[in-house]
Amino acid sequence: MSDAVAIELRGISKRFPGVIANDGVDLIVDRGSIHAIVGENGAGKSTLMKILYGEQPPDEGTITVEGTLRSFKSPRDAIAAGIGMVHQHFLLAGNLTVIENIILGDEPGKRWRLDIDGARARIVALGERYGLHVDPDATIEELGVGARQRVEILKVLYRGAKILILDEPTAVLVPHEVDELFASLRGLTTEGVTAIFISHKLDEVLAIADAITVIRAGRTVAHVLPSDVDAHRLAELMIGSELPTPETREDTVRSEVVFALVGLGLHEGERVVLADIDVTVHAGEIVGIAGVEGNGQREMLDIVIGIRRPDAGSIELEHEDVTSLSTRHRRELGLGYIPEDRHHDGLVLDAPLWENIMLGHQTQKPFVNGPWINKEGAIARTREVITAFDVRTPGPEVAAVALSGGNQQKLLIGREMMTEPKVLVAAHPTRGIDVGAQAVAWDAIRDARAAGLGVLLISADLDELIGLSDSLLVIYKGRIVAHLDPAHITPGELGSYMTGAHIESVDAGAAR
Amino acid sequence: MNRRKLIELVGAPIAAFVVAVVLSSIVLLVTGYNPLDAYNAMWQHINGTDPMVDAINDAAPYYVSGLAAAIGFKMGLFNIGVEGQYHMAAFWAAVIGAKLSLPPAIQLPAILLIAMVGGALWASVPAVLAVKRNVNVVIATIMLNSITISLLSLWQKDSHFRFRNNVNDLIPKTKLLPRSGWMPDLNAMIEKFGFHFPASTRLHGYIVVAAIVGVVFYMLVWRTRFGFDLRMSGANPSAARAAGVSPNRMIMVTMLMSGALAGLVGMGQMLSQGHLYGDQFPLGLGFAGIAVALLGRNHPVGIAFAAFVWSALEIASIGLSGAHIPQEIARIMQGTLLLSAMIVYEIIKRRNAAAGVRAAAHATAALATEVQPV
Repeated sequence: MSDAVAIELRGISKRFPGVIANDGVDLIVDRGSIHAIVGENGAGKSTLMKILYGEQPPDEGTITVEGTLRSFKSPRDAIAAGIGMVHQHFLLAGNLTVIENIILGDEPGKRWRLDIDGARARIVALGERYGLHVDPDATIEELGVGARQRVEILKVLYRGAKILILDEPTAVLVPHEVDELFASLRGLTTEGVTAIFISHKLDEVLAIADAITVIRAGRTVAHVLPSDVDAHRLAELMIGSELPTPETREDTVRSEVVFALVGLGLHEGERVVLADIDVTVHAGEIVGIAGVEGNGQREMLDIVIGIRRPDAGSIELEHEDVTSLSTRHRRELGLGYIPEDRHHDGLVLDAPLWENIMLGHQTQKPFVNGPWINKEGAIARTREVITAFDVRTPGPEVAAVALSGGNQQKLLIGREMMTEPKVLVAAHPTRGIDVGAQAVAWDAIRDARAAGLGVLLISADLDELIGLSDSLLVIYKGRIVAHLDPAHITPGELGSYMTGAHIESVDAGAAR
Repeated sequence: MNRRKLIELVGAPIAAFVVAVVLSSIVLLVTGYNPLDAYNAMWQHINGTDPMVDAINDAAPYYVSGLAAAIGFKMGLFNIGVEGQYHMAAFWAAVIGAKLSLPPAIQLPAILLIAMVGGALWASVPAVLAVKRNVNVVIATIMLNSITISLLSLWQKDSHFRFRNNVNDLIPKTKLLPRSGWMPDLNAMIEKFGFHFPASTRLHGYIVVAAIVGVVFYMLVWRTRFGFDLRMSGANPSAARAAGVSPNRMIMVTMLMSGALAGLVGMGQMLSQGHLYGDQFPLGLGFAGIAVALLGRNHPVGIAFAAFVWSALEIASIGLSGAHIPQEIARIMQGTLLLSAMIVYEIIKRRNAAAGVRAAAHATAALATEVQPV
């Protein structure tokens, strides 16, 4: 066994009743390298990482860490062996400071005394050494997404981890934050830390990884170097077919306006959250809103669907002023909505699929007969969605919690599309789902667009925004700062608009 | 799947009961009593037509109280104020009901309606506070319970409400309801089916009210659109909101419904037993309702069993004093039963969730194998 190997997994198998999650998976990770693991949702990546992090024992196979054969009974054992996990969904307490979050569960000091100053010194030293800059006394609430992620990484390093598992770390980041993360990861690896990087985003994987392992249907199908493959080849390895693209080039935009935001404004105390937002969506048009998270998109969504009232301006749905109408009324008029966070705002996880399919449309046929629920109608509709959107489920009576993320998202998209909305408001419709589910989502949106649907698309995936949109707006600090033609812009240019770099020229243009 | 359902429905409560018996036995042994003697004494006291009928009679108010709590629980709203609401409702039903003199077919529904309106109005106080001022419902309702009981004892001393039903009456109470407001018992009906009760035994007509409420509750919560909104709001408030369910409206309507049901809780006593409101009016039915709702998993059928077990334990506990064992052991059984039931239900919920995940993973894997490798 070579000294340079940090982790060696051999013949890992894990079976659940009726399904083989891992089937003889091999994984060799060199010390001080960034090793990417790619595969579709449900390919077995998560199970493999849970086994490596001690959350589940393998049925077969061996785990060797730094040359020592290990058997983990819990994550505690894995942490003791120097393995740390950076979760996709941050596990941080918002009202505590960075230091408090990092030491939580591993408090320094003796007996009753808490050695905060010692911890601060250690955290600052760690940050300096690895290039993870964050104010140790800031509360988590004050930090942006990128900084929160650095806190998560520091938390793991603080516990002495030499091997990091990063579960889709870029899913929540915008381009410049991704660059910062990658710079940090590089810094970590030069200091001898090993990083295992799980991702769907093949361009990122190719940009950062030193080695790539591809998993499909529970098996290792390839072990490649990024210099030997391109994104297409990787995608083929992952799913066994062409990588879908979000491109929609044929023009379907019609003249009639189906949805408009007119002079929308919102204040929170003295702070301007939204100002002078004007957006017009025509039938058959996809209007993309680009912006770094936290620039007013969430508030705009809340106002659009009617759970928050604007201080100024109006919302028009098919020329009708709906500003004062309830969410339910707007929905009945044909407003479809794919929320940003499917677990929080989209689905009721404990409820069966058919009840989830009703949700948001429970005042309409075929879901109700007068005041009574029409279960048969709802089940029939659920079956239609399952077939049309390739939702992989044993049936409509299963609880939504049982489905994988991609299948939940397909269900959610299917729910909205099957009611044939006039306008669809979609927030990050393909965030965190695999290429297969992504293709289904894009196809559905494209087909509906061709049939005259107007779409307001908010996304952090710049390729998706540029590829799908007919016109592109940039939101920055609560204002629309740029109106761009997606046919003539690159993700890099769009990224710089999003960070406000082009504001001067836009202001100059407006003044002219 | 069906076997799993059966185990869940029958096995879980039995398991909870066994755990409760074991824990209570330990308490008895530690305090120096023979558990078998205790259970025997309890069984001897409950075993018979008379105590069984009593248990059913007493279960009915627990049942309605459980439903009043359950409708709130179903949408994540904790109305701890059923206690105060049923007292307030019973007081006004007694005061107004005594002034009415209508045929029984109208008088009885009228009193029931007054009680429901009274309970709903009193529940609207915390509801409005919650909606308009964002006051925590749990705290507001708990506070209102104390206020209610004090307010009612104040009113009973007031000459407007106080009434001497006979010259020896020294304890404050309201006027006795007229005969037309007394609910007939079900003995005559039961005898038609060939059962014969001892002369002293009466099966209260209030049971019919409780049964109707149970059926309406089921239909409302599981079969109507309103019930769907209610359940979804309870399971995921933000998703329900995004789906067009107005949270404030749901809080308001659910509190009013819970209060209306709470208003019916005291009507068993009012219409079938005492026929007046006074210091002797039963206390604690509202708090018992919370326990019964939890034990019955907020389902009308589960709550029916829970209410019966609860009242049977109450009645059986009287037998303990004959065996010189403290009656509190029955209270301990009620408490441990509630705790062990919560634990067993949670275990089952997790097992079901895991089974669902496995089934879905199986469906995904079955489809994945169809994909041909490159």
